[in-house]
Amino acid sequence: MKFGEFGGRFVPEVLIPPLEELKKAYMEIREDDEFQRELEHYLKNYAGRPTPLYFAKNLTERVGGAKIYLKREDLLHGGAHKINNTIGQALLARKMGKKRLIAETGAGQHGVATAMAGALFGMETEIYMGSEDVERQRMNVFRMRLLGAKVIPVEGGTKTLKDAINEALRDWVASFETTHYLIGSCVGPYPYPEMVRDFQSVIGREARQQILQIEGRLPDAVVACVGGGSNAIGIFHPFVDDDVRLIGVEAAGKGIDTGEHSASLNAGRKGVLHGMLSYFLQDDEGQIVDAHSIAAGLDYPGVGPEHAYLMEEGRAEYVAVTDDEALKAFVELSRAEGILPALESAHAIAYAMKIAAEMSRDEIVVVNLSGRGDKDLGVVMDAGLAGGL
Amino acid sequence: MPDSLEGFEMIGKSGKSLITFITAGDPSKNATLNFMLAMEEYADVIELGIPFSDPMADGKAIQKANYRALKAGIKLSDVFDIVRSFRKHSEKPVVLMTYFNPIYAVGIERFVRDASEAGVSGMIVVDLPLEEAGGYLEMCEKYGIGTIFLAAPNTSDERLMAIDEVSEFIYLVSTYGVTGVRDEVPPIAFEALKRVKKVCRKPVAVGFGVSKLEHVRKLMDAGADGVVVGSAIVEIIERLGEDAAEEIQRKVRELRGAIKR
Repeated sequence: MKFGEFGGRFVPEVLIPPLEELKKAYMEIREDDEFQRELEHYLKNYAGRPTPLYFAKNLTERVGGAKIYLKREDLLHGGAHKINNTIGQALLARKMGKKRLIAETGAGQHGVATAMAGALFGMETEIYMGSEDVERQRMNVFRMRLLGAKVIPVEGGTKTLKDAINEALRDWVASFETTHYLIGSCVGPYPYPEMVRDFQSVIGREARQQILQIEGRLPDAVVACVGGGSNAIGIFHPFVDDDVRLIGVEAAGKGIDTGEHSASLNAGRKGVLHGMLSYFLQDDEGQIVDAHSIAAGLDYPGVGPEHAYLMEEGRAEYVAVTDDEALKAFVELSRAEGILPALESAHAIAYAMKIAAEMSRDEIVVVNLSGRGDKDLGVVMDAGLAGGL
Repeated sequence: MPDSLEGFEMIGKSGKSLITFITAGDPSKNATLNFMLAMEEYADVIELGIPFSDPMADGKAIQKANYRALKAGIKLSDVFDIVRSFRKHSEKPVVLMTYFNPIYAVGIERFVRDASEAGVSGMIVVDLPLEEAGGYLEMCEKYGIGTIFLAAPNTSDERLMAIDEVSEFIYLVSTYGVTGVRDEVPPIAFEALKRVKKVCRKPVAVGFGVSKLEHVRKLMDAGADGVVVGSAIVEIIERLGEDAAEEIQRKVRELRGAIKR
């Protein structure tokens, strides 16, 4: 139920029974072959798994150090790893007899992935989204609506992702009898962090098998970006017991010392929010403060509790990369490999290039390319880094 | 140090209790003290909310009160100042209602000690269920602060018994939902009240959505030992701001009318 002291279930009493119900149902399907076969079927035929582990030869040559491999989650349906989790949870919700899905979304990626699962399984779907984000991400709002989901703008607080989570929790407190709250990252009260990790671990299981097949050995490092941390925990988890460096890359935004960043592990403090004990960006009195990143998917003032645990245990390292560095990596990967990475994933690319340069040529770095960058073209264009139109 | 138990013995024993809630610092530190004094004559317990950036168990009215208070720059030390000032005028128990992070951020012991020194009688921590409350309970016991836990209509008998052990009174949430004024007390509240009264030895106060004279009367008739009224008062503050004291007093007096001594 906890990762060391992290995680737990810091929720109002009324949510204890639905969380117990969810835990029980989740424990059952974890061991249920039929469920797992069905999940595999949808991951393969609907989402497009397995994803390739691609040797980025050009990028490797440019960097001139360790071999860089990319786990191509960007090729999944919807363009990101989010679908691994939404299909899993939606199937579970259906098995539990729930008729309705609710979810939070920041940039809209998880909202879109939930809307897809909702459409696929014929479930009513409502997505909470901060009203600021609704304004900023109009295309994703439109995509969700096209997919049949209702998008509900949230006016409270900072009108961003954390407030969307609050509002989804408020909905769930009143609707849990018929509704599953489909959390999009490895955050929230138990069993969410563990369940989301397990659904995302397919990334690491495949990557581990693939690298063994291609290289005949494990990589020296695995690198992934961390907002809430679901793509990172998904690729880390199957390597936790191996002698492999695990490196999570947070968003340093405009620089950690400017205060405008999303680096909860690097610059936050322990606290309790959204049902979990973890690291959060907050002031001295425990008021949660706004996060910033050029990558909307990293723009969350907290982080999944298992990452807090892996950091404190010294099992994983957590570093931070600025907006500018991520933008540069975005362009670099586009030019070198013809792959536009999501700005979130570009944080991982940036750091992987940095360490690969200092490693020897027979060493191996695996990067989780968690999403594709088409959604970020406007931001990248505005940054003027690659020239305008 | 106030004897917290003495304050709470009023609930259930010497008749039925009216518990009224406002958010500290909404819209200012001074106003909060005035509002507390305005409620004092007719309320048995005053519940003071500590503003939090992410009030996930609260409906719109109290959410907005939280944001108003934070915008006014209220600090934890201000909340304790308010309680200290109130103590000079009244013996009525003051209960702090808060989310856990403001406690965790300053440290459980320091928070509880400061609360106790300010004259706080008890605390309700919305998002701290029993399983996570070990260290908190220990500190509250050490510093003589009463603890009050929430129960909901879906709380099992087994959990109710455990909550009964460590609560001054049971704060029964009337419904599946967040705080906020509602037209009716839902039937589920009455079923839950009946069960909680059977399982628990401690007095039971019902809150969430309780806003009208009629609600109070029905709940009292159904065996509640107390009611908690929050959003209905907070909405007056939203409307009248600094000048809300008189209207708040009128509202609390009216609700008092439904409670026989």
